[in-house]
Amino acid sequence: MSEPVLSVRDLKVAFPTRRRTLTAVDGVSFDIAAGEVLGVVGESGAGKSLTGAAVIGLLEPPGRIVGGEVHLKGQRIDHLSTEEMRKVRGKRIGMVFQDPLTSLNPLYRVGEQIVETIRTHTRLGEAEARERAISLLQEVGIQGARARIDSYPHEFSGGMRQRVVLALALCAEPDLLIADEPTTALDVSIQAQIISLLKRLCRERGTAVMLITHDMGVIAETADRVAVMYAGRIAEIGPVRDVVQHPHHPYTKGLMGAIPTLGPKAERLVQIPGSMPRLDSIPPGCAFNPRCAFAFDRCRVERPEAMPAGQSKAACWLLVESAARSPAGAPA
Amino acid sequence: MSVAALVEAKSLTRVFDVSKPWLSRVIERENKAYLKAVTNVSFSVGRRETVALVGESGSGKSTVARMTVGLLRPTDGTVSIDGIDMWATARTAERQKLRRRLQMIFQDPFASLNPRWRVQRIVADPIKAFGLAKDGAEIEHRVGELLRLVGLDPKDGAKYPHEFSGGQRQRICIARALSSNPEFLVCDEPTSALDVSVQAQILNLMRDLQDRFGLSYLFISHNLAVVRHMATRIGVMYLGRIVEMSPAAELFSAPRHPYTRLLLDALPDLAMSGRARRPIEGEIPNPIAPPAGCAFHPRCPWAFDPCRIDTPELAGAGARLAACHAVAAGRI
Repeated sequence: MSEPVLSVRDLKVAFPTRRRTLTAVDGVSFDIAAGEVLGVVGESGAGKSLTGAAVIGLLEPPGRIVGGEVHLKGQRIDHLSTEEMRKVRGKRIGMVFQDPLTSLNPLYRVGEQIVETIRTHTRLGEAEARERAISLLQEVGIQGARARIDSYPHEFSGGMRQRVVLALALCAEPDLLIADEPTTALDVSIQAQIISLLKRLCRERGTAVMLITHDMGVIAETADRVAVMYAGRIAEIGPVRDVVQHPHHPYTKGLMGAIPTLGPKAERLVQIPGSMPRLDSIPPGCAFNPRCAFAFDRCRVERPEAMPAGQSKAACWLLVESAARSPAGAPA
Repeated sequence: MSVAALVEAKSLTRVFDVSKPWLSRVIERENKAYLKAVTNVSFSVGRRETVALVGESGSGKSTVARMTVGLLRPTDGTVSIDGIDMWATARTAERQKLRRRLQMIFQDPFASLNPRWRVQRIVADPIKAFGLAKDGAEIEHRVGELLRLVGLDPKDGAKYPHEFSGGQRQRICIARALSSNPEFLVCDEPTSALDVSVQAQILNLMRDLQDRFGLSYLFISHNLAVVRHMATRIGVMYLGRIVEMSPAAELFSAPRHPYTRLLLDALPDLAMSGRARRPIEGEIPNPIAPPAGCAFHPRCPWAFDPCRIDTPELAGAGARLAACHAVAAGRI
């Protein structure tokens, strides 16, 4: 396989507070290849959005990267200056956020915003940039793009606005697109439109996508691979089909059982007792051990690293245990 | 079924006046504008039954919930609990008696609890309001019992809402709703602000409480999978009307109305990942100026002439009702 578009190694994000330093993202590593969609899924507070913000250098102070490396097409980008990072952002990394209304400036026509972005990152002139903006709007499925380019954001519906944001994110032909909950604010019928659009555009252009969401259904339908995050760490990462159908980590298993599905009806949903620990009280060893039905002594002391489990990798000591017990290495 | 129904809503309609202020209307020569949020909605909820209303934003499901519980006066139509008309009863005393028997759980557990009150006082409020306890000691005992019932510690009564997580707050809301010994609970998106693992806890709790106290639920949600898990019968709403009403299993195995079919197709789901999603074309129309005839016809691939002229009524055999000309004519 060729070099990945995005390579994150042992990323750590910390927030210094008066009393102590809180580690919100703790040793996260993953790669995304060209044209690949990596889903990052987790419950609120799992650190998924912070991971995305760290990659594009948009961490809110006092949060900062305290360890690890981020490489974009071989170039290290986590220690760039603010000015250098601004050039990477927008040009080489596009972004889509949850609320399309807050990512568009309400005082400017959408055309002006797209043209400005195109002209910032390319050498196109005003008229060419405008033509380019119109064709982009057509590409994201806005009918009558030539007429609507001079509308203001409030004149578009939520789904249409998210299409405009997508056009804005893709206008400089970035290598990587980071989409943070792009469909959470939308209705299901509109959500499906945006998801299929996102998938089609990125496949056509070979853009790598980091799709951050809490919705496992969206991941299952969109992503090629998925990383499940818990308390700032990756609990399990692997091909989406394997993780969804044969999860290895007890947290992933619980999460899958907890989601009501349209398939055969379960009498009761699987319940994970308790809730995710706060950042100031992440337990030693495996962060999940107090809620885990299978936890044993080692889990409470030693933190598990990602270990191979089938096609995936999971950070769980049970994998070592079961490998020791059964030579086949098949986890329970 | 309607004979034994606990709650009976008959042709509920609610119109909101969304006109601009008088002076603006005169200057801009505009007429008054009305929004028909709910049109002619009828349903019944039997004892120990869970009836769900599902729909996208703007479909009027929350308005129905608020009319059913008595927070909003219907423009037309009636709600009766156990045969007593909620709005016709002029005497407050009788209405008060009725009110004790129905309670509501709201979507946002952060906004629906008074931040300045201790949990003890929040849960005790309905007990005091309806005079259900003799003295302070009895109230305290009852509150402790309720908190234990929803999986909290009686000692938690001394804390303030901000000391709890979202899921725990929703448990407090449930304890408060149960404190007047209601028979009927209206739940407006009770889990949509929660993470999936917490959602599973709350949904399981609600099922347990239903079994234990013989509660009836009117369950409002935009999430079809959650609705499938909870409901015995489901009404699908689109632009203020119920377009299909069916027992839960049949709705998912053999949807009749085109909107339901397309909605199920568009839904991202774990159990069906890998199948091609077919997004619904277009968007929900403006409810101030809904399309003539069937409100869904501009987006409906099966639409034919009558759909553009006549509004279809709910019709069908037995418990499976659909409001669709094409279904009635046997075209689909």
